[in-house]
Amino acid sequence: MLSFLVRRLAGLAVTLLATALVVFVVLEILPGDPAAVILGVSATPETVAALRTEFGLDLPAPERFIRWIGGLLTGDLGTSYGYRVPVAQLIAERLQVTLPLAFAAILLATLVGVPLGMLAASRPRGLRDAGVMVFAQAGLALPDFWVGILLVLAFAIGLHWLPSGGFPGWDAGLGPALASLVLPVIALALPQAAILARVTRSATLEALQEDWVRTARAKGLGAAATLYRHVLRNALVPVVTMLGVRFSFMIAGAIIIEDVFSLPGLGRLMFQAIGQHDIIVVKDLVVVFAALVVGINFLVDIAYGIVDPRLRRRA
Amino acid sequence: MPYRRSVLLAALVAGGIASPALAQDKSQVVLCQTLEPTVLDPTAGAAQAIREVTYGNIFEGLVAIDRAGKIVPKLAESWQISADNLVYTFKLKSGVTFHDGTPFTSADVKYSLERAVAPDSKNAQKWIFTPIASIETPDAATVKVTLKQVAANFLYGLGWGDAIIVSEKTAAANATTPVGTGPYKLDKWTRGDRLSLVAAEGWWGGKPAIARATFRFINDPQAQLAAIQSGDCDALTNFGAAEALPTLKADKRLTVTIGKTEGETIIAMNNGKKPLDDLRVRRAIAHAVDRNQVNLGAINGTGTPIGSHFSPAQPGYVDLTGRYPYDPAKAKALLAEAGYGSGFDLTLKVPPPAYARRSSEIVAAMLGEVGIRVSIENVEFPQWLDRVFKNKDYDLTIISHTEPLDINIYARPDYYFNYKSQAFVDLMKKVDAAVDDKTRLALYGDAQKMLAEDSVNVFLFVLPKVTVSKAALTGMWADWPLPATPLTDLAWQ
Repeated sequence: MLSFLVRRLAGLAVTLLATALVVFVVLEILPGDPAAVILGVSATPETVAALRTEFGLDLPAPERFIRWIGGLLTGDLGTSYGYRVPVAQLIAERLQVTLPLAFAAILLATLVGVPLGMLAASRPRGLRDAGVMVFAQAGLALPDFWVGILLVLAFAIGLHWLPSGGFPGWDAGLGPALASLVLPVIALALPQAAILARVTRSATLEALQEDWVRTARAKGLGAAATLYRHVLRNALVPVVTMLGVRFSFMIAGAIIIEDVFSLPGLGRLMFQAIGQHDIIVVKDLVVVFAALVVGINFLVDIAYGIVDPRLRRRA
Repeated sequence: MPYRRSVLLAALVAGGIASPALAQDKSQVVLCQTLEPTVLDPTAGAAQAIREVTYGNIFEGLVAIDRAGKIVPKLAESWQISADNLVYTFKLKSGVTFHDGTPFTSADVKYSLERAVAPDSKNAQKWIFTPIASIETPDAATVKVTLKQVAANFLYGLGWGDAIIVSEKTAAANATTPVGTGPYKLDKWTRGDRLSLVAAEGWWGGKPAIARATFRFINDPQAQLAAIQSGDCDALTNFGAAEALPTLKADKRLTVTIGKTEGETIIAMNNGKKPLDDLRVRRAIAHAVDRNQVNLGAINGTGTPIGSHFSPAQPGYVDLTGRYPYDPAKAKALLAEAGYGSGFDLTLKVPPPAYARRSSEIVAAMLGEVGIRVSIENVEFPQWLDRVFKNKDYDLTIISHTEPLDINIYARPDYYFNYKSQAFVDLMKKVDAAVDDKTRLALYGDAQKMLAEDSVNVFLFVLPKVTVSKAALTGMWADWPLPATPLTDLAWQ
C-alpha cells in the first residue's frame, strides 16, 4: 500500500509540473498584453511599457517561468495583474464558494441518486423502476443552466423565497450565505443525481445476478438485508468511480452555474481572468484545477481500496 | 397537518431572511452593474467600472463633470485663469479631510498632479497633464498651475476620474484600500460579487441620504433581469439586453430611462491598407451600411445614430448622419469607379461586447449586398488590443470608443485607424489653443466634418445608457457624460 501511495504521489507531481509547463507556453504564445488591457485604448505606448515593467513582463520567458514555479513551490502564487492582490488570497476566497457548492451538490446527488437507483433495481421493470428511469432521463436531458434559470423564475422572481443570484459571503451570516447556495446546488445536483441513479441501478442489477446473492438468500437472509449488506457494497465500486469522474465535471459544471447565479467562485474567476488577460491568475488556476482533479482521482483510488479489499491486495 | 404547516412556515421565514425586506430601507441601495472594477484607483487603469464605483463617491477631483456634462467646482471652490490662458489659480475648499483624517491641502493637489505627469506615470489619460509646466502652492488653500502651452480642455480633463486628488500617504495602496475625500468610503468588497460603500463621517458636503450602498456585479443580462425582477437589485445602472425593455417598461414598479453616453460605436477601417486606403472605397462602405437597421437589429434602436466621431450629448455636435445615406446602388457605383466592380474580401475582427457581435452580423450582410465579401472573426478583448489596436492587423472592426470628447485620437498618425491627415492634426492644435467656447465648438464642428468627408470610419451610433430602477428611487443619472453613479444624488421617495 505504501509503495502504491508513493508511486501515485510522484505521478501526481509530474502531472502538475507538466500542466504548469504547458499552460505557461500556451499563454506565452497567445497574443495579448495585460498592461494594455488595464490601460485601455487611450493610453500611450510609453505608459503601457511602464506598467509592463512593473509586472515584470519585460523579463525573458525562462526567467519568468522559473520565478513562477519557484513561487508555486513556496506557496507564493504571485499578485493578480487586475485585482493587485495576492492570487492565493483570491483563490482562497473563491474556494469558499466553489467547494461548498460542489460538495453540497455531490452530496445531494448521492443522497438522491443512489437510493433511487437501488429502489429501481429492487423491482426491475416495475412501476417504481419506470418512475426512476423517467426522472433519470429528464435529469440527463435538461442542462443544468436551464434548470438553474427555471429555479430562479420559480423561487426568486415568482415566490421571492430565495435570492436570484450573488453570494453575500460567509461573514454575512450562515442564513443568507446558505440561502444563496440552495438553488445553485439543486441545479448542479439534479443531472448528477440522474446519472448516479442510472449507474446505481445497473450496478445493483448486475450484483443481484451474482452467485453469492443466491447463496445469501439460500441461507435465509431477507431481501432487504441482502440488498444492504451484500449487494450495496459491491455495487458501490462503479458508483465511487462515477463520483470521482463526476466531481471533475462538477467543478466544470460549477463554472456555468456560477455564471447563471453570479456566484463568485473559481469558475467565474477563470472567466474573468481570461477576459482581462490576467495571465498569472489563469496560470495559477489551471494548476489548481489540475491539482483538484488529480487529487480527487487519487482519493477515488484510495476509496476503491476501502470499499473493495480485493482491489487493495491487487495494488 | 401541523407538521406540514410548520415546514411551510420555516420555508417562508427562510425566504424572508434571504430576500430583501419587504419594506424598503431608505438608507440603503443596491445598484447592479455589468462589470466589476478590478481596482478602486481611477489613476491605475482605464476600466469604466472603476469610475462607475468611485467617481464622486470615494474620490474627488478639483472639479467634476455633472450629469449634464458641465464642469462644476468640487475640491476647488473657485478658479481663475490668467489672460494668456496659461496660469490656473485654484482656491481650495476648506475643512476637507481624507477618509483617514488627514487634512486636504494644496500639497495634495501638487502631489497628485505631479504623480500623474511623471515620466513613469501609469495614468491612462496622461494627455490631461502633459501641458503642465509647473505647480506652485503659495498657501495651503491655493494652487497655481502653469501650463507650457494653451490647453483648452485642461479644466475639462481635470474633471475626469484620472485626475482625482489623492494623499501621498495612502496613494500607493489606493488600488485595494482607497482613501479619498469623497462622501463614501469602502466598507467591504467580496471580489467577484459585490462591494459596499458607507457614508464617510464628516464629509464636507454634509450627510447624504443614502448611508450604505452596495454595488453588485452581474455580468449576464439574463441574471440582471432576474435580479431586478426579483427585487434583489434596486437599480441596473446600464442594462444590456435591449430586447427585454418592453417587459421592464410594462412593470409599474420600475422606471426605465434610455439616455446617451459618450460611447461612439464605429466600424473602424484600416485606412492604411488596400483597398481601404481608397477614399471611394471607404465612402462606398459608408453608403452600404444602413445605420438605422444596425441600431435596430443590434440594440433594439436604443442607440442614437451619428455621422462623425462626436456624441450628440456634447455641445458643438454637428448632425452629419445625412452625409452618407443608405444607398447600395451608389456604393456599388463608387466601388466600380475605384476599380472594384467585382468586389473583394475583407475580414471583420469583432471584440466580445454584444453590441459589436450583433452589429457585425448585420454589417457583414449589408456589405455582402454590394459585393464586399466579409468574413467575421470573433476575438477576445486582449487579442483585439494586440492584433487590431497595437499591430493594426485588421481590415474592419466594430468597437465603441467610450472616452468623452476623444475626437483627438484621429490626430495620432500611429493610431490604429492609420488615418494620417496633417490637416486634422493642425485642426486639433487649433482646438487646444481655442479657449473661447464659441471658436472651439466651431472648430469641433469642422473636425467632425473633416472626418466625415474623409470617411475615416463608418460612424454607427452612440451607445445608450439604459437605466432600470425601482420607481421610488430618484436621482439616477439618465445620461452618461462620463460613466459614473454618484450616490449623493440618490434618494428614496
